[in-house]
Amino acid sequence: MLPAEKIFEDKIAREVRIEPKDWMPEDYRKLLIRQMSQHAHSEIVGMLPEGNWITRAPSLRRKATLIAKVQDEAGHGLYLYSATETLGITREETIDQLHSGKAKYSSIFNYPTLTWADIGAIGWLVDGAAIMNQVPLCRASFGPYARAMVRICKEESFHQRQGFEILLTLSRGSEAQKHMCQDAINRWWWPSVMMFGPPDDASPNNQKSMQWKIKRFSNDELRQKFIDVCADQVRVLDMKLPDDKMKWNEETQHYEFGEINWTEFWSVVNGNGPCNKERLDARKKAHADGTWVREAAAAYADKKNHSSHIQ
Amino acid sequence: MEKNTPSENWPLWEVFIRTRQGLDHKHAGSLHAADAQMAMENARDVYTRRNEGISIWVVESIHIHASAPDEAGSFFDPANDKVYRYPTFYNLPDELKNI
Repeated sequence: MLPAEKIFEDKIAREVRIEPKDWMPEDYRKLLIRQMSQHAHSEIVGMLPEGNWITRAPSLRRKATLIAKVQDEAGHGLYLYSATETLGITREETIDQLHSGKAKYSSIFNYPTLTWADIGAIGWLVDGAAIMNQVPLCRASFGPYARAMVRICKEESFHQRQGFEILLTLSRGSEAQKHMCQDAINRWWWPSVMMFGPPDDASPNNQKSMQWKIKRFSNDELRQKFIDVCADQVRVLDMKLPDDKMKWNEETQHYEFGEINWTEFWSVVNGNGPCNKERLDARKKAHADGTWVREAAAAYADKKNHSSHIQ
Repeated sequence: MEKNTPSENWPLWEVFIRTRQGLDHKHAGSLHAADAQMAMENARDVYTRRNEGISIWVVESIHIHASAPDEAGSFFDPANDKVYRYPTFYNLPDELKNI
């Protein structure tokens, strides 16, 4: 083992954070770039399904909330892009990788938001799953990632609460509203359960990531935690999670749950979800449509620099 | 996809925020912006959406010079053998008060 590698491993063992200029194994850098850029892309693409409902939010209060939430997602994307850049990849490269399909984003955003209740279900389930994932990442071994996650987690909590409030309101409404609420839960439950990624024995990066203390819990551990929490929370809504096999196991002190449809998961990951093309096209179009703004701002900055030098 | 022209790649800026009057500005993160004014406005929108700041500094990242982590050992070495810089180094009787 190289002396530099020994220092690195020793820091990981002693819970000392790794900073961008410190020596790190190439695989650690690659794994982080992959995970962090994927995380950043998820925040940015995640704005699309929700943005779909901003103009149709049922009240001014809901509309202001949704705008604030979507604005937060943009901010979270930025924290994470900046943190990723400290690893030596440029912003342009990262974004190009999203647009070319080389980099992935969370598959959950390839599902459509069909009714207003979906905005509630996303807040409760999708943000709930994201929080479950993100809280342990606040202790990730790479400093910039951990610091970005601390900021994100602080802001994310309102996202989940506002979602639950939307569902709670619907669950106490008319028959049609109750039905809408249950329908949204039915459609978002399993994709949310899949958000934790493939099972541990089918996730090659899981082990490496845990060994280097980027992740602290495995996909399956986090998934179980999420299911346990939601199984209790859903009772407050007087709704059901769409899983006939779900039942409390006194021995393990966890809920048992039904078979996850991994064929669907991989199909969506590989581009065949209901909205994959639409999401990526929207991102590319936004980037292309924004070209003149980026160019104009750069030209204006150049001009100002130039004139201030002549004076 | 159109190729980025060099001038389209806005420089990177580091953002420092004073959270309350009387405290230091502290590094909050970084962002890309075409000029200082845009960096300032983006920093406000990105890092102070919940009243986290009352004052912002932005500085282009290329202007920051950092000590090298590889040389941290020898660089900070001069402070390692000077325990007499700490008050606890000095042996004084217990009955001595207010010192």
